[in-house]
Amino acid sequence: MNFVQDGPMIQVTNLSKTFTLHNQGAAEIAVMEGADLSVAAAECVALVGVSGAGKSTLMRMIYGNYLAASGTITVGGLDVTQAAPREILSLRRVTLGYVSQFLRVVPRVPTLDVVAEPLLTLGVDVTEARDRAKAMLDRVNLPERLWGLSPTTFSGGEQQRVNVARGFIHAYPALLLDEPTASLDGANREVVLSLIEEAKARGAAIVGIFHDEEARDRVCDRQIDVSAFARRRAA
Amino acid sequence: MTPLLDVKGIAKRYGRHIGCADVSFDLWPGEVMGIVGESGSGKSTLLNCLAGHLAPDAGEVWFDTRVDGPKDTLKMGEPERRMLSRTDWAFVHQHARDGLRMGVSAGGNVGERLMAVGARNYGTIRHQAIDWLGRVEISEERVDDRPTTFSGGMQQRLQIARNLVTGPRLVFMDEPTGGLDVSVQARLLDLLRGLVRDMGLSAIVVTHDLAVVRLLADRLMVMKDGQVVETGLTDQVLDDPQHGYTQLLVSSVLQV
Repeated sequence: MNFVQDGPMIQVTNLSKTFTLHNQGAAEIAVMEGADLSVAAAECVALVGVSGAGKSTLMRMIYGNYLAASGTITVGGLDVTQAAPREILSLRRVTLGYVSQFLRVVPRVPTLDVVAEPLLTLGVDVTEARDRAKAMLDRVNLPERLWGLSPTTFSGGEQQRVNVARGFIHAYPALLLDEPTASLDGANREVVLSLIEEAKARGAAIVGIFHDEEARDRVCDRQIDVSAFARRRAA
Repeated sequence: MTPLLDVKGIAKRYGRHIGCADVSFDLWPGEVMGIVGESGSGKSTLLNCLAGHLAPDAGEVWFDTRVDGPKDTLKMGEPERRMLSRTDWAFVHQHARDGLRMGVSAGGNVGERLMAVGARNYGTIRHQAIDWLGRVEISEERVDDRPTTFSGGMQQRLQIARNLVTGPRLVFMDEPTGGLDVSVQARLLDLLRGLVRDMGLSAIVVTHDLAVVRLLADRLMVMKDGQVVETGLTDQVLDDPQHGYTQLLVSSVLQV
């Protein structure tokens, strides 16, 4: 894979998105048109706009989780809209982290291993990966008695912290954060904000969605209103 | 870099009925490809054509062999293909009894595959067999027991040990978690994920269970009536399905 480092880390150009619902009369829903976004290293950009404006949709497209209808998305020089699956998989392993609002894991796998997994897929030795996972779980104040348990039964706030620990355990050059401070109390919110600030300081390019305005103002350098890219339902 | 497997235009008919038609894809080292579809969609036919259990009517299956580089396995002679299926390839059947010798001890089941590739020292074979039983979480005490005395989940793990002991590079799996209790499925999925990661295995997994592919497969191929209707990254196909059939499949899953 070729990493072009002289441009922005994340660059979205003239992006559009349409959902076609084949089983509902082939209804076409154009949700986004002409989206542009550019995020440099060490910069954090907030996506704002009312619910349904397409913040998460844009984030999922950058991650390669949703397909683009047209336009380009480059992350670390790779055009996600054109890349082969194995290139996107490699991008996600090495370059692009994602803290989503959902935790999807194999049931019964201990939290410690869930958090260590991104390092294991990078080929980090299992002892080191577990040690770093322990340090990260400690940092997000997840009680040690929970480390050996599967996070599937955890509370929302605990699952959120497992997600954050997983997303910050590797120094991804680009990060997508979908409500990283949601359902967290003051102390833990503070931990997550420091993690974001540290990631910026080491040069990560970050795109975030924050309903927490105070958090947004603190860590984000700019904000982009995605409502400007929203399309109304086609006739 | 070369793909480990390069499949071109595989087609198989049963009389007038289409088994699978014009299936092409490549698989790269370390990738897990899921194939989903309903019963009769052709996914098992395709898997059996790829693994050399069924002769397709058309197509090529190029495998990057260790010694000679890419070779069309369908044009290989029988001895060469048999050797491949004992060394670099493995096949995990849905029903463990189809992949195990039920009259032979657990240790014997694992050791037999080592002997098939030339291992002769009894001590070494037994040691490796016990090591592999441990990796699939079967206690050493059960090494001399027959698989008939094992639970379904244990039999499936034994089948996996028997298949992986020779360090294959490509594993074909036909509904590997089918017929197992949900709690056992989770344990098996975790085991398979760890083995895939640690051994750098590539795998092709046929299943009708979307939850299984979401957790196990990097890429997904959706089949209907013998045709591939959609392919892509697993999470992309499941979260933003493009084909009407995939949308129906995804929206039909019961939520718990």
